[in-house]
Amino acid sequence: MGIKMRQSFIAQLEELNNKVIKMGSILELSTNEMIDALDTIDVEKAKKIIARDDEIDLLEQQIERECINILAQQQPLATDLRKITSIMKIITDIERIADQCADISEYIIKLSNMPKTKAPADLGNMIEAMKKMVIDTIDSFVEADIEKASAVMEADDAVDKYFDNICKELSDVMQKDPSVVPQSICYLMVIKYLERMADHATNIAEWITFIVTGDLILG
Amino acid sequence: MKNETKFSVKDLNLYYGNFQALKNINMELYKGQITAFIGPSGCGKSTFLKTINRMNDLVEGVKISGNITMDGVDIYQDMDAITLRTRVGMVFQQPNPFPMSIYDNVAYGPRIHGIHKKSVLDEIVEKSLKQAAIWDEVKDKLKKSALAVSGGQQQRICIARTLAIEPEVILMDEPTSALDPISTLKIEDLATELKKDYTIIIVTHNMQQAGRISDKTAFFLTGEVIEYDDTEQIFNFPKNKKTEDYITGRFG
Repeated sequence: MGIKMRQSFIAQLEELNNKVIKMGSILELSTNEMIDALDTIDVEKAKKIIARDDEIDLLEQQIERECINILAQQQPLATDLRKITSIMKIITDIERIADQCADISEYIIKLSNMPKTKAPADLGNMIEAMKKMVIDTIDSFVEADIEKASAVMEADDAVDKYFDNICKELSDVMQKDPSVVPQSICYLMVIKYLERMADHATNIAEWITFIVTGDLILG
Repeated sequence: MKNETKFSVKDLNLYYGNFQALKNINMELYKGQITAFIGPSGCGKSTFLKTINRMNDLVEGVKISGNITMDGVDIYQDMDAITLRTRVGMVFQQPNPFPMSIYDNVAYGPRIHGIHKKSVLDEIVEKSLKQAAIWDEVKDKLKKSALAVSGGQQQRICIARTLAIEPEVILMDEPTSALDPISTLKIEDLATELKKDYTIIIVTHNMQQAGRISDKTAFFLTGEVIEYDDTEQIFNFPKNKKTEDYITGRFG
């Protein structure tokens, strides 16, 4: 053969890929900003993150439509089929992670209206672990790197552990000092969202593995 | 995509004797796009395609009413069939190269139109074969018989032969139904490439093909156009139940 074929279909796939990458980079931005905003209880930044959520939702919708068009019109097979079906799942997870950035931002705004309390001790560690997962999962999509994807899947246990530790810490804090219950509840919600963000990153990593190897991972 | 009318079809009816093969066709066909006609056998799609370059003129007992204009000029009233066919080329279901060399096949049309200078013909042959994405495969055997290459290659030579007289429109009547899947994809790629310079109208039994390459799709049934819309719309969300049933394989 030697001749490049189905150029317009290939261009469509590339365009789709670029849109997913764009969605991923917006997510990375929101994740980083959410982390900053949580650290400093920055209301303005939190509002910006909430507003940006619409951008992600719109991209998700565009990508969904393009995937459906490609399925309807191009009969993708093998890697192409795995990629398109996986992208349809991946963008749902990206959209959910972005939603959770916005959800956390709502709690940042709530916290800003309460007397400042000390953040849970392991919060910084939990955030770092989750952030690495989100960023690595986007990178592993871009690079089709299944080793990085499998590292993401393994990292989820650490995030779960931080979640348990912080729950316990918050429970102790609330028992000792009922005046900080409102703030502690906010932090409890925040860490639940952080834990879910890591779960969604794990899902994405599983779909990336499926694209590359064809193996469906239970999880 | 900008819709610039190439053909405007008004109240077109066609009869073979007492049999009405086309019923009141009204549609605009657009420049620089690929329009696909789909529908079950006997639905009128090929008959309609042939009215666009008056291939039905010589069919005995045929009667046509209504009109078709190309760039505003009535192709039945105000244009002779030879001029029309110079501007509207056609590629058929079975590759039909003439029993002569590849070179002579492609040079055939230009020669008829009075071009005999070798350097000019050489240029036309090379350009046309390149446009038809077959040059690299045949450039070393231009003097060989066009019948001595594969079906897929023959079809691309026929496309080159059509392109050699620089038409504005290319009609394709099931151009890949006799070809293997790879040759089919090559012709599809070629059509997608050619639409930059030509208006392409294709009849196909392979509706996935219509989905892959066309901008607009018309669904024909018993001589009528049931639905005509953007291909994306037809394949994702047809408005008519009959179109839906046909493209989902519920009847055919």
